[in-house]
Amino acid sequence: MSATTLLGGLLPAVPLVAGLVGLLLPPDGDTGRESARRAAAGLGVAGAAGALLVAVALLVTLDGSAEAATTWVDLGGLAVSLGVRLDGAAALVAVAVTAVALAVQVYSVGYLRRGPHDDVDVDHRYPPYAAQISLFTAAMLLVVVSGDLILLLVGWEVMGLCSYLLIAHDRRLPEAPAAAVKAFLVTRVGDVGFLLGIALLGVSAGSFRIADVLAHDHATGTLTAACLLLLAGVAGKSAQFPLHTWLPDAMAGPTPISALIHAATMVAAGVYAVSRLWPLFEAAPVALAVLGVMASVTLLLGALAATAQDDLKRVLAWSTVSQIGYMTGALAVGSPPAALFHLLTHAAFKALLFLAAGAVIHAVGTTLTSRMGGLRQTMPVTFWCTAVGLGALAGLPPLSGFWSKDGVLVAAQDAALHGAGPAPTWVGWLVWLAGLVGVALTAWYATRLLLRTFFGEPRLPLAHPHDPPAVMRWPVVLLAVPAALLGLAGFLDGFARRLRSGAPGEAGVPELAHLGPELLLPLALTLAGAALAWARWRRDPAADPATALGPLRPLFARAFRLDDVQHTLVVRPTNALARVARTGDEVVVDGAVTGSGRAAVGLGGGLASLHRAALPRAAAGVLAGALLIGLAAALIGVAA
Amino acid sequence: MRLGEFLLVAVLAVPALGAVAVAAIRPDRVARMVGTVVAALTLLAALPLVADRDGGWFGYGATAPAVRPWHQVDLAWVPGLDLRFHLGVDGISWPLVVLTALLTLLCCGYTLWRVPEGGSGRALVALLLVVEVGILGTFLALDLVLFFVFFEVVLLPMYAVIAFWGGPDRRRAARKFALYTLFGSVLLLVGVYVVVAAAGTADIVALTGGAELSRGTQLAAFTLLALAFAVKSPLWPLHSWLPDAHSQAPTVGSVVLAGVLLKMGTYGLIRVAVGIAPEGARWAAPVLGVLAVAAIVVGSLVCLAQTELKRLIAYSSVGHMGFVLLGVATLTTTGIQAALIGNVAHGVITGLLFFLAGAVKDRTGTGELADLSGLRETAPRLAGLLGFAAVASLGLPGLAGFWGEAFAVVAAVEVGGPLWTTLAVLAAFGGALTAAYFLRLLRRVTHGRPSPVVGRLTPGLAGAELAAWVPLVLLALAVGLVPTLVLGVAEGPVDALVEVLR
Repeated sequence: MSATTLLGGLLPAVPLVAGLVGLLLPPDGDTGRESARRAAAGLGVAGAAGALLVAVALLVTLDGSAEAATTWVDLGGLAVSLGVRLDGAAALVAVAVTAVALAVQVYSVGYLRRGPHDDVDVDHRYPPYAAQISLFTAAMLLVVVSGDLILLLVGWEVMGLCSYLLIAHDRRLPEAPAAAVKAFLVTRVGDVGFLLGIALLGVSAGSFRIADVLAHDHATGTLTAACLLLLAGVAGKSAQFPLHTWLPDAMAGPTPISALIHAATMVAAGVYAVSRLWPLFEAAPVALAVLGVMASVTLLLGALAATAQDDLKRVLAWSTVSQIGYMTGALAVGSPPAALFHLLTHAAFKALLFLAAGAVIHAVGTTLTSRMGGLRQTMPVTFWCTAVGLGALAGLPPLSGFWSKDGVLVAAQDAALHGAGPAPTWVGWLVWLAGLVGVALTAWYATRLLLRTFFGEPRLPLAHPHDPPAVMRWPVVLLAVPAALLGLAGFLDGFARRLRSGAPGEAGVPELAHLGPELLLPLALTLAGAALAWARWRRDPAADPATALGPLRPLFARAFRLDDVQHTLVVRPTNALARVARTGDEVVVDGAVTGSGRAAVGLGGGLASLHRAALPRAAAGVLAGALLIGLAAALIGVAA
Repeated sequence: MRLGEFLLVAVLAVPALGAVAVAAIRPDRVARMVGTVVAALTLLAALPLVADRDGGWFGYGATAPAVRPWHQVDLAWVPGLDLRFHLGVDGISWPLVVLTALLTLLCCGYTLWRVPEGGSGRALVALLLVVEVGILGTFLALDLVLFFVFFEVVLLPMYAVIAFWGGPDRRRAARKFALYTLFGSVLLLVGVYVVVAAAGTADIVALTGGAELSRGTQLAAFTLLALAFAVKSPLWPLHSWLPDAHSQAPTVGSVVLAGVLLKMGTYGLIRVAVGIAPEGARWAAPVLGVLAVAAIVVGSLVCLAQTELKRLIAYSSVGHMGFVLLGVATLTTTGIQAALIGNVAHGVITGLLFFLAGAVKDRTGTGELADLSGLRETAPRLAGLLGFAAVASLGLPGLAGFWGEAFAVVAAVEVGGPLWTTLAVLAAFGGALTAAYFLRLLRRVTHGRPSPVVGRLTPGLAGAELAAWVPLVLLALAVGLVPTLVLGVAEGPVDALVEVLR
């Protein structure tokens, strides 16, 4: 095991240890509440910072790729290994994960402090919270470095569990537990497919090691089936249609948790997993076509839903759904580097946006944009950071999102016009067109959000908003740097080479970031979208630009009522089936048992009562019996 | 007498003599302490059985028997009937032996702190030790008749534990448990008789592989034995004794019932039914697989509509044992290994769940989900442990429950073909349903505002409780992270067993 692979192993281990130790701290802190809180914060920050250092060290030292594995367990010839598989893309994603995790840990120290708006008896239970963030980070890092599908699944599911725990963290919100259960269950349903896909691949290759699985020559049918099954898990984790419904509800979690889930962990895991197993998907065009359709639907669905939300966090949540659609779209048209590039820039600007939104929410005490407005003067730092984040989201040059989103669009354009990539041409067209429409929509809702929150007249005159304290301000300010500049890294050769290392055989693909005429169309669409929103707002700064949606507004606000569809088609039938199963089990299966018991007792009682006869009938019975026995004896005697 | 043989006898003799001693000692508390010490000694005797293993599996040749115990004791018992007192331990039985000894120790220790109402603690501990003797004997017996005898030893003391120390409906539940499992025992007796009469020997070592038996005998024997073990395991639809027994039994009774008593069924299925009648097993495998998956799906659905805490956990056993039986039914090395680790994991995790459910019920006086909520507000540690146990039970990767469930599915995929692929898919969906009902349980019990009964709780946990629970928490983690703890020793025996199935 070389020093590099040792670093790879350390990467998830550092936050894991911090998390496990943190779980042992007293959760409610009856005694020494403040010291437990300080210890928990220290552990959490130290764990994330340590992991960030390891990730940076890995990024610097890693040359090409490295792998190390040892057998974990052997189940009947199916080897499960315990190992890491490192390449440039893994190192870059690891840096993004740990950087966001560190920002979130630091920010949370300020965010989950008892504030002036809180009740007297609020106890934030900081120790388990910080420990769960550490575990969450460890799980994501495990997914990033894992060299084995089963080990990847461990990280994958532990992440689902941590999201469940953290979304349910706020004990004052009545909707939080339901949202947490929904997040875990919807992703778990997707994971049914993920597990089956892994099982198919592992059985086919005789090993769950990623290197073995990729090297094995799978039958076409198996490969297609396995890739489609894996996509179910990807759709669950990465919030792709039709398993995206958990993500907006997950806003019930504390805002730093939203940043963590949306930026670098959880939703990124699905995209990362596909790029990790890219050679398999490349050989399964059917799966890519399905992914392309899923991506296009998700992209537009998310963007349209984001246009009509009033809740600040929900706008951002739907924008995540939409942006992940760009990433999966890039995968579908055969460009994992473009997907990972967008993943990284998105991690930066979405973490920034959520943490800035947290500052706004902290200051005004509500999440509804209809009660905000005019915060530009009172919260200048937050305003500028949010502006950078929204600019990157909308794709304004030279902010990061501009370059990475264009990378996706150029890849789709190539696939559409020149048939580049493994997917059918129509998939390229679909992703490209959806992506272009999405660009305009994104600019529209980003502009609306900025105007509604920071411009115009304050709609809550009683509040006295202010920029957050330093412990919350610095993570936001520092995240603004990569959100603004990370896109330019696409021109750096080392960066692009690292991103491509995850998908060998893609040497001939175009540049990661482009400068050319093909940038003009998306740029024009961005400006058009922003201008439309601005024009609408300009006419009446007090009104919501979403009124322009007219009768479609409630439909968009409820995201095409897909929650209701899911409730009607899945939740209610399952519950009904459960009730039927319970009744059937109690009445039929157990009824047969108790029935036969009762029948035996009844039969016994009947026979017993026959034996309690009066003397004449008993005497007759005895005589009849004697007669029968005599007869039988005589007959048998004759026969013998 | 070598050390291994001595230990083998000690594992049975210590709790047997201990039970007598506990029953004889008058002061109740002293008796319970003696019982706990005896249980600890039993565990200490069981653990080193793994050391100094006799006969490596590498030296296994074509003519060697398929069962090669590490240590064995083979004494004449009833010479007139050619019955032998034949004990042995190998990699399939050893993890279960240790699990039994451990859970009994934890239960005895728990009674030091709290004796459920209904009778003296002395008698309860003595009965637990007798149950332990029966269960350990079942796992160690290498003679079919001896196996049957030990299998039956468990029944009456367990009946008494439920009937005297149980909940409000204990008499009925105990009666149902005893009668139902007696029905299974009758089938087992007939099955044993069929095998012994046809083969002329009751030696499991000699019988494994089924060489002595004709196809017809194997089919008949497997049907009888599998039905008998299906009642004990239990396999849907022969499970309906279980929810009543588990929910009415006292906490320690439920832990032993779910933790190890059910394992007698799955162990018997692997060692006796499959081993002795492999042809019968191959013939019945599809039926077994379908019933196992039905158990997973039906068990999970019933849990989803269940309204009582202990009953819900009891029903979850039906689903979990479905995964174990699915693994056995595939008759592959992967499947049987999954079944073995699933067995141990279920013992650890469900044991913990019953301990915790008992703690909740003892504190609040109710198990109705409708009356419980907000546990994390008033008792965060108890809620956290309940959450851990639930998450372990729903098969979170990295914890013990994952390996058995995931690899039962993998094994079914490995067998291939439309039937087994369908079964794999349905079982995987059963896994999602398992998550659904456990999350529903946690949402009802731990989240929300505290209900009146929960609001009165104090956050502290007793030291005795932690002493009983922490080993199980650590084991659930350890088996999840280092599955070779269980599977490392089982590899050779399972390979040999699957070899005779071909």
